Amino acid sequence: MIPGPFSYHRPATLAEAVNLLSTLGDEARPLAGGHSLVPMMKLRLASPEHLVDLHGVAGLKGIQRRGDKIVIGAMTTQHELLASDDIGKSLPILHETALLIADPQVRYRGTIGGNVANGDPGNDMPALMMVLSASYRLEGKSGAREVAANEFYQGAYFTALEPGELLTSISIPLPAAGHGYAYEKLKRKVGDYATAAAAVVLTMAGGKVATCKIGLTNLSETPLLAEDAAKAVIGTSLDPATLKQAAAAAEAIMSPAADARGPVEYRKHIGGIMVTRALQRAAGRAG
Amino acid sequence: MAKTHVTMKVNGVEVEGLVEPRTLLVHFIRENLSLTGTHIGCETTHCGACTVDIDGMSVKSCTMFAVQAQGSEIMTIEGVANADGSLSALQEGFRMTHGLQCGFCTPGMILRAQRLLKENPRPSEEEIRMGISGNFCRCTGYQNIVKAIQYAAAKINGDEFKEAAE
Amino acid sequence: MNDMTPTREQREAKLEGMGCKRKRVEDIRFTQGKGNYVDDLKLPGMLHGDFVRSPHAHARVKKIDDTEALKVPGVLAVITAETLKTVNLAWMPTLAGDVQMVLADGKVLFQNQEVAFVVATDRYAADDGINKVIVEYEPLPVVIDPFKAMDADAPVLREDLAGKTSGAHGPRKHHNHVFEWTVGDKDLTDAAFRKADVTIKEMLSYHRTHPSPLETCQCVCSFDKIKGELSIWGTFQAPHVIRTVVALISKIPEHKIHVISPDIGGGFGNKVGAYPGYICAAVASIVTGKPVKWVEDRIENLTATSFARDYHMTTEIAATREGRVTGLRVHVLADHGAFDACADPSKWPAGFFNIVTGSYDFPTAHLSVDGIYTNKAPGGVAYRCSFRVTEAAYCIERAMDILAQKLGMDPAELRLKNFIRAEQFPYHSALGWEYDSGDYHTAMRKMMETVDYAGLRKEQALLRAAFKRGETREIMGLGVSFFTEIVGAGPSKNCDILGIAMFDSCEIRMHPTGAGIARVGSKSQGQGHETTWAQIIATEIGIPADDIMVEEGNTDTAPYGLGTYGSRSTPVAGAAIAMAARKIRAKAQMIAAYKLEVHEDDIEWDIDGFRVKGLPEKTMSMKDICWAAYNSVPPGMEPGLEAVSYYDPPNMTYPFGAYICVMNIDVDTGVYKVRRFYALDDCGTRINPMIIEGQVHGGLTEAFAIAMGQEIRYDDEGNVVTGSFMDFFMPTAVETPHWETDFTVTPSPHHPIGAKGVGESPNVGGVPAFSNAVNDAFSFLGSTHIQMPHDYWRNWKAAKDLGVFA
Repeated sequence: MIPGPFSYHRPATLAEAVNLLSTLGDEARPLAGGHSLVPMMKLRLASPEHLVDLHGVAGLKGIQRRGDKIVIGAMTTQHELLASDDIGKSLPILHETALLIADPQVRYRGTIGGNVANGDPGNDMPALMMVLSASYRLEGKSGAREVAANEFYQGAYFTALEPGELLTSISIPLPAAGHGYAYEKLKRKVGDYATAAAAVVLTMAGGKVATCKIGLTNLSETPLLAEDAAKAVIGTSLDPATLKQAAAAAEAIMSPAADARGPVEYRKHIGGIMVTRALQRAAGRAG
Repeated sequence: MAKTHVTMKVNGVEVEGLVEPRTLLVHFIRENLSLTGTHIGCETTHCGACTVDIDGMSVKSCTMFAVQAQGSEIMTIEGVANADGSLSALQEGFRMTHGLQCGFCTPGMILRAQRLLKENPRPSEEEIRMGISGNFCRCTGYQNIVKAIQYAAAKINGDEFKEAAE
Repeated sequence: MNDMTPTREQREAKLEGMGCKRKRVEDIRFTQGKGNYVDDLKLPGMLHGDFVRSPHAHARVKKIDDTEALKVPGVLAVITAETLKTVNLAWMPTLAGDVQMVLADGKVLFQNQEVAFVVATDRYAADDGINKVIVEYEPLPVVIDPFKAMDADAPVLREDLAGKTSGAHGPRKHHNHVFEWTVGDKDLTDAAFRKADVTIKEMLSYHRTHPSPLETCQCVCSFDKIKGELSIWGTFQAPHVIRTVVALISKIPEHKIHVISPDIGGGFGNKVGAYPGYICAAVASIVTGKPVKWVEDRIENLTATSFARDYHMTTEIAATREGRVTGLRVHVLADHGAFDACADPSKWPAGFFNIVTGSYDFPTAHLSVDGIYTNKAPGGVAYRCSFRVTEAAYCIERAMDILAQKLGMDPAELRLKNFIRAEQFPYHSALGWEYDSGDYHTAMRKMMETVDYAGLRKEQALLRAAFKRGETREIMGLGVSFFTEIVGAGPSKNCDILGIAMFDSCEIRMHPTGAGIARVGSKSQGQGHETTWAQIIATEIGIPADDIMVEEGNTDTAPYGLGTYGSRSTPVAGAAIAMAARKIRAKAQMIAAYKLEVHEDDIEWDIDGFRVKGLPEKTMSMKDICWAAYNSVPPGMEPGLEAVSYYDPPNMTYPFGAYICVMNIDVDTGVYKVRRFYALDDCGTRINPMIIEGQVHGGLTEAFAIAMGQEIRYDDEGNVVTGSFMDFFMPTAVETPHWETDFTVTPSPHHPIGAKGVGESPNVGGVPAFSNAVNDAFSFLGSTHIQMPHDYWRNWKAAKDLGVFA
């Protein structure tokens, strides 16, 4: 359980980091919290020749309000998200979710950028980002571009990131005041990936759902936006029949793998229940 | 592989060493610095036996490279006791409430609990359990570890330690 | 007496003897990171060894190419079976009378089997080296399902046994058969079943799991060519046995082998056996002339060294319609993996599984066990267990619940009706054991009263009614478990390991100033022997426990002992300690009588010294006697004050306990919640209640993990799918329930201090309590038995199969 040899780079600026990554090409990997990459390297499932440590890069950390958006630097840790009052007040679903990620030690090191960028379908933040209509700032040698979270995920560990590109920040439009939210995650124990998880952000008007987005974690090769399920609840008061319909619509797009968490049928069934429970809890919170 | 020179402060002492970039921090601590109180239990970032305190964070030192700790301040179990050599409140708590058996998880558990109490001086039982959920113990069933942390919290806060009724 | 004279209570308290919640002496070093574990050891010039392992579960090894590996900087040697053959060590004997490949010899028989051993200057270079060894395999068909292993056309696994129609434990019926072991009266049992009003039959599986202590198995071997001596530091629960095994297979004289077990980071049975890593490190040290360290990683630990259980028990009970049990019949299919490497006493191929009649007065019983080979890792160790007692307790406790269900009786009531009664002890069981002591009814009733058993049953009835009306999706289960253990292996008449009787030993040496050292043949892996052994001595000879240093684990200094596993430390070593202390006290009595100028018979023991009968002010403290032992012993007596005892127990001890688990399950998700867990243990005399409670907490946590998800699972190709701490269920503080502990005290009549041992009771008794709770929860929906482990998805599946979602 020893990583293979590599060269270590610790750039001080983003330009330097981007330059290193594009020059070194496929043999280089950026290193953020390292809690996905380092274990893979120890198992020699990943053997990059170069590691570009982003911890020294100025300006990749921090939480800022920019107009009606919150911009989070990619190297901001889960622990820092949890410590941020601003996040707690305006994006409480991030708090709820960050607390369900791994364990305290991992949250001190694990970054939001790493969580959303590496394309692991088990990571919790991506589905949330889709629900929140977040976009990612990707910077490469040819400049910067914004990609919607919705369009970022292409397959397990495959994303819109081009070789040499870095995800540098996440921009999240502030959800409507009084929105309801919930992240429901079933896991076997602390530190496990979700058997199934669902993120919901909605608004209510006159006792009925006005807007709604539903995201799903670890139920496919990529995080999913359950659009039909969300449509099914708009205009309803989330009566049992509607919830059932929403769960069924969500289950219809799930394609989890059978693993130690359970067979496919169980994981989809749990996915449906997580959707139901998240909808109910979110509605209960909506002002 | 060329070696890199690293310096850091460990338990208040400036240390240095030559390491390969891939040298894991836990190996640097255990083998280069001969501070063997930090243990290795799983190597996959689950068990927390290798937990040390780095710049105010509890970190699993098996999942960080020594080169990444350049310039940082680290505390390992060897730096936890009081300056006069007496046991710290947590160390004493673990002993008084039988919060350890084989002792293998204990250093990581104490380092983690120490940071927890710094951030949350009066944690509830649930907060303690959540707070140490990145550290496995195979011997105690955690119940007496929770007590040990409650004991230490009470001592640090000057409160009376009351064992919860069974 | 003036005010300064300590009272009797003060004198007793000062000793911190038996019954005292003495704080542990070990903790001073452990809390400061000053423990001394194997991997902490660094010797000059020390090398590291690491294994190339097989990705296949069954394959022929066509070629091992080490050319590239040997070019890796720092790599010094690659050892293969061919190398080992030159020293006749390609195979090694197992404790169970089988042989096991040290390194793959022609083929591999399980995934992650050791194929080659790379020796390098440090662990990084060794790891680089193993990645450069190229092994060519030809995959063969695999056998994973134990029920298919003895099909006529099943692949032949052990080609080395071709043509061998009998093994260490008698005839073999099939090429994948290891042994058949039968106990009990078949005819009488068959007759009981013919006459029975009611019978039950169920196949009860106890899945494959793993002890997985937080510290893995590891060693450092150092061969001194000049002296011809081999030193081995290792994580050994039984260091003396390791020394003897090494002497037998290496031909190095036993006095030139030094085995040292330093502090051990948990064992739970994982560290009893001898593993290829030990052999390879020793050979590598002999070959290179340097010390060689081998440290297993977690994946290796879970997949290659010593699984536990994998017992498939077809269980039948015969009973009257009033609920009196009249017969028990069990057939076990025991999956041993690729080699039979169980660490049982030699004559016991299925350990003490014949304790399967449990706490009940069965007039007759019959048991047969078939051991078989499959393409899984070898082992079959006692994971916090006295040799298959956990399997036996699970078998009978689950079966009693099934019988209760069939009879329409309450499971607690059925147990009370069939318990061996207090006046029947010593009790001879139908399968051959003599239970030493017990008071089962008192323990069971105390449990039922404490938790308000009747009230819980009422609550359950209400919840079931509400469930049937569709008002809730939660179901509730009460898991009752009443176990009887058999520990303290064991009497020389029936227990040995490789021919060595399973005694244990203690040597006490008192120094002139009244402090002393006790060296013991057992070996703590965290149980706190340094603390509790001193407490026994303190009470026996009146010297404060703080003044007694306990030392274990160094075979050069400690007397020969069989080690620590199977809860044998207190029953066997604990007895040896008391007996050695009594020898000290007997000599002390002679010295005191001489110094007090009275006849030996005229003085009596009083807490911490002797006093003259009828003259309470005329006393001599043990501390003063120690001094006298070195300067003024009676004429003709040898000076000094030391004693050695080797204790061969006359019988096993039989701890018991009454446990109950209260659990709710959400049928929609399968998610369970342990609402309450109460454990009453009777381990006889209690040496240190604090440590006993800690042992119970730890054992219950293991039981919880095992019953609710801790499984070594293979897919059909023989890949381990739960080989890391991500998937192998290791509960954290968040999942682990709160434990309530309680006790009764029924001393063992044959043990010098009446103690029975407690370490593994909670694992033995806990697993059936959890499983019975799950099964009890589902029983009203029509199920009789749901196999472990009871993880979320299996609970959901049980609900689904019972038509809950229809």
